[in-house]
Amino acid sequence: MSSTEAIVLAKLPRSRRRHPVAVWLSLALLGLVAFLVLFGNLIAPDATAQSILDSLLPPGSPGHLLGTDELGRDVLDLTIAGAASALVGPVCVALGSMLLGILLGTVAGYLRGPIDFIIGRWTDLLFSLPLLLAAIVVAGVFGAGYWMTVLLLILLFSPSDIRIVRAGVMEQAARPFVEAAQMLSLSKARIMFTQVLPNVWSLVITNSMLNVAFALVAFSSLSFLGVGVAPGTADWGRQLTDGRAIMIDNPAAVLVPALLIIGVASAANLVGDWLGQNLTRTGRS
Amino acid sequence: MTITPIARASQARSLGRMLVVRVLGTIGILLVLSIIVFSMLHLAPGDIVKNLLGNRASSPEAIAAIRAQYNLDQPLYMQYLIWLGNALTGDFGQSIRLQDSVSNVIGSRLGITAALSGLAFLLALVVAVPLGVQSAVRSGSWIDRFATGFGIVGLSAPTFAVGLLLLYVFAFYVPIFPVYGAGDGGLDTLWHLVLPAITLALGLGAIILKLTRTAMLRELETDYVTFGRARGLPDRQVHLIALRNAAIPIVTGASLVLTFLVGGTVLAETTFALPGLGTLLQGSVLFKDIAVVQALTLLVAVTIAIIALLADLAYIFLDPRIRAKESAQ
Repeated sequence: MSSTEAIVLAKLPRSRRRHPVAVWLSLALLGLVAFLVLFGNLIAPDATAQSILDSLLPPGSPGHLLGTDELGRDVLDLTIAGAASALVGPVCVALGSMLLGILLGTVAGYLRGPIDFIIGRWTDLLFSLPLLLAAIVVAGVFGAGYWMTVLLLILLFSPSDIRIVRAGVMEQAARPFVEAAQMLSLSKARIMFTQVLPNVWSLVITNSMLNVAFALVAFSSLSFLGVGVAPGTADWGRQLTDGRAIMIDNPAAVLVPALLIIGVASAANLVGDWLGQNLTRTGRS
Repeated sequence: MTITPIARASQARSLGRMLVVRVLGTIGILLVLSIIVFSMLHLAPGDIVKNLLGNRASSPEAIAAIRAQYNLDQPLYMQYLIWLGNALTGDFGQSIRLQDSVSNVIGSRLGITAALSGLAFLLALVVAVPLGVQSAVRSGSWIDRFATGFGIVGLSAPTFAVGLLLLYVFAFYVPIFPVYGAGDGGLDTLWHLVLPAITLALGLGAIILKLTRTAMLRELETDYVTFGRARGLPDRQVHLIALRNAAIPIVTGASLVLTFLVGGTVLAETTFALPGLGTLLQGSVLFKDIAVVQALTLLVAVTIAIIALLADLAYIFLDPRIRAKESAQ
């Protein structure tokens, strides 16, 4: 940490240095879930296997720690296996939207002119409808599958990334080192992506972390409404739809995935905020 | 600085020009959006006539009637213009799922949604603004930490997950509130709306809390607050003055709040099985009742555009500094 940063840190109100314990807990939860995403299929290989004999067992039944649902599927296995479906999509959305944001945002912010105008109107258009509404309508009417929904959400998430990168690039482009690079007659592409872009990374990473949280919420909302994830798939949002009817017999079928969605989204949000406060101090104007 | 009449006139003129540019920009976006919404009918998978027939038998007469009703034999741009003209007069065609005109269907469900969002908004405002002010004033205290935590969870927790948790607690553990449906009107309906409204208010409140806290923190650092304190004004009075200035960014955040409200309403209504616009949208999307989906999408887009425009105007008229800056450009 440089001395100027230390001074800035010291001057910040106490509350803005978020309690690190919460951040560590969040990271632990995210790590656990990442483990489930990677190895969930090995721990619970036949999560969607149905069994009439085991239908609707309450939590704590022998062999079924969290009980079973009305199709006799083990809730714990479903939840473990459902992590992949619930999280791979959102992470892909955040990454894809980050890529699109970097590309279009840098070009718009550095080149300005007509390209900037067109990209600007494009983001205006995408911002004119609430994200969730647009996603429900498009994915629902076109019967989009999982990966089509990912592409759709990348498109809908990208405006915020584009705007953030554009603003950051515009701020950097006015600095002397850019002028120096121009005098060395480096190509525009080289200046954009090797000189300017590295200074905007912190903004991009922070926003992507927050995007993971919001994409998780959007994704699970869609699958709760019956859009995007096929019936019968092990998926947290889907579990909530299916589990609503059996809430009295086996509350765990609803409560466990609901709390996991809330917990993971909150954790990603918290880590994103924390990154924002610790990374972007130089990037933000 | 004294403002001469001439300067005032030119200020008014450039302010007027800026308003015209904003309004035209909004109309332009809405027009592009209407083209996209219109083309949904043609882009939806499957045969367009079959989609429009729904469950009805596809006799040659019925097909001819559909083709005539939707002007399918006209060129595409004429179809769009006719559709747009009808939409502007409130005629969105027929719902194939509910066998009624789209405007009737929407009209009959508007009440529940309006009551639900109104109640949620009121709840959120009453809790979040004072909490936001306190959390900014006592930055770093336990109340601030509680408010920040509440804000993060409120922003992150999906509406339906919160709704299901509340449903579980209040419907099964402490059965005070009804579980499903909208009741039989009047007070009973209001009673049925309490749980969904709390569910919605959590997310709304988190947004308003964040806006209020940030705006208040900024105002509390200004010179006039320091000066007011130095002159011995009571804290309460200083905070009220600061809040008046902090109100500006909070009002501008209205479109953010509205954006959340739209998605949140769909989820809350689905969770609690309320017959409002949200469940109408969900049902119509899954049934591919495209006329209803088109009408609802346009309705939301227009509402949001108008509110965003009003928020911008409120911003300009509330804050003389912005007015001066905007007209100076």
